[in-house]
Amino acid sequence: MFDRVFTKSGDDFKKLLKLLSVFIGLGFICYLFQYYRGLGITGMSRDVSWGLYIAQFTFLVGVAASAVMVVLPYYLHNFKAFGRITILGEFLAIAAVSMCLLFIIVDLGMPHRLFNVLRYPTPNSILFWDMVVLNGYLLLNILIGWNVLDAERMGVAPPKWVKPLIYVSIPWAVSIHTVTAFLYAGLPGRHFWLTAIMAARFLASAFSSGPALLILLALFIKKRTKFDPGEEAIQALAKIVTYALIISVFFVLLELFTAYYSQVPGHTNHFNYLLFGLHGHAELVPWTWLSNILAVVALALLINPNTRKQEKTLKIACFATFFSLWIEKGITLVITGFIPNTFETITRYIPTIPEVFITLGVWSAGFFILAVLYKIAVSIKEELGA
Amino acid sequence: MDEKRRNFLKITGACVLGVSLLPALKVSAAKKVTEEKGPTYKAHPKALHGKRWAMVVDVKRCQEQNKKGECRKCIEACHSLHNVPTIPNEKEIKWIWKDNFEHSFPGTAHEYVPEDFHEGPFILLCNHCSNPACVRVCPTKATFQRADGIVMMDHHRCIGCRYCMAGCPFGARSFNWRDPKLYLTQLNYDYPIRRRGVVEKCTFCDERLGEGLLPACVEACPAKALIFGDLDDPSSEVRRILSKRLSLRRKLEVGTQPNVYYLV
Repeated sequence: MFDRVFTKSGDDFKKLLKLLSVFIGLGFICYLFQYYRGLGITGMSRDVSWGLYIAQFTFLVGVAASAVMVVLPYYLHNFKAFGRITILGEFLAIAAVSMCLLFIIVDLGMPHRLFNVLRYPTPNSILFWDMVVLNGYLLLNILIGWNVLDAERMGVAPPKWVKPLIYVSIPWAVSIHTVTAFLYAGLPGRHFWLTAIMAARFLASAFSSGPALLILLALFIKKRTKFDPGEEAIQALAKIVTYALIISVFFVLLELFTAYYSQVPGHTNHFNYLLFGLHGHAELVPWTWLSNILAVVALALLINPNTRKQEKTLKIACFATFFSLWIEKGITLVITGFIPNTFETITRYIPTIPEVFITLGVWSAGFFILAVLYKIAVSIKEELGA
Repeated sequence: MDEKRRNFLKITGACVLGVSLLPALKVSAAKKVTEEKGPTYKAHPKALHGKRWAMVVDVKRCQEQNKKGECRKCIEACHSLHNVPTIPNEKEIKWIWKDNFEHSFPGTAHEYVPEDFHEGPFILLCNHCSNPACVRVCPTKATFQRADGIVMMDHHRCIGCRYCMAGCPFGARSFNWRDPKLYLTQLNYDYPIRRRGVVEKCTFCDERLGEGLLPACVEACPAKALIFGDLDDPSSEVRRILSKRLSLRRKLEVGTQPNVYYLV
């Protein structure tokens, strides 16, 4: 089916791939620089030992997990409207997990020793399980998405062995984000992360940011191609985004209550740093408030049925949701876990230019994969529709 | 033609299988040889053996010595012996270092703590916890605990994921962000230099214990403020001191059971 990428693509699509390739190339050059000089070229330090890379990974696991929000209603509840976009969800998951794995690899000090995780399996480490669930989820989505699409193209039913895999993929999607939350939630002495609600928070934010991106992609496809994902599907997704975002914001408020009503310094310090600045350090304060404002705007537009139903305002709401949660997971959550550090002092973290380019490169690689996969899916859907 | 191709595939398949099984066969063969010969490694006759190694830091003695002029003997001894580079920024590497009371025991300090005590210095190092979080989180067992309680690093296995750094509640681990050789002026050829990309930390001088010597910091301290011994041995110096004087441990509330004690 890959031939379609070459035979069916127009000039704009080729331009898009070229543009993404340029960013991938720039990122790769910066990565080579990092590979030869070490992670010292990043803004990370002894105190803030995880930065932009791991934060992007954390956010994108959520985007990947969100595919379950179309797969589950379609396969478990026979919600027919999602039939047209299930493949879009599954292919988005493939692209997102690929980015996750790339972000982990670029973050390793010894990338060539990556397979030590397999050579010395360590069940007591959550990172080991994260590796298992992420790769498993990638494999599941490749197998399911590819075979279902291929069957659709041939006009036959998908092979029988795909069905059990689909059912397995539903709890599996939940597991990838739960396990990723456990990476953080089980560490002693990191008060900001040491919260039982972390996995629930991760899932709620994932189930709003992922479908929000899916809506934007579906609207884009609707505009640029002959394939229409369907108004009903988009509106159903919009409701999912709405409820998930409400729950996500509610969960954050629960954290704030625990921190500020208990007034335990270990808990309040981190939130003070995020919201107001601490000991004269306020690097993340603008980001936090931007995220908060975007969440409020998104909620207002999504809860009101009139604005939710209009494509224009829905688009704004989805952008706001996606960027609000990208800031929350992709910037503030991971870094703030290290600030203040274990000595209750503050070390700033500012990503360096090569670090930012490597990050952009990985994002571009993900969107390259996404573009190619969507091209294949959409061209088949166009053919069948025509 | 097809027959030829089938045969070619068969032979290639068999070769690939054979080549991939070869290492396994070699390993089992090697096992037999060592079993016949018996162990080739023998412990040093003078090696120190303990069941739970611990360090006691006499803060008063350390303070007095420090007042005579800034004392950094333990740090210098450790860092020069272990080729720990001196990096002057937040990407620093340290196995043993000094800090004040407030940073060493967050939340414990208050404004009425005696002033000289407030300042410290407190000697900080890896606590070699009985329930170490770093060992729990490491995905490759590059961080592991020996039977005598020492938390060790296998620098050849570490993949540099830095999960142990996030896991350690004491900030006792350092990562080689850059090539450490660039920051070393003098080399000790008896101890390996780490590469960039791996995590490192204090090991209670496991290499010295193996030769019957005390940790370098303990030996180097002019005030004898650092006392090292086996907590499991009732007649040891550490047990004697701990039963006589009040001591503090860092962040007991997180449950890692640190094995470095501070006499106050």
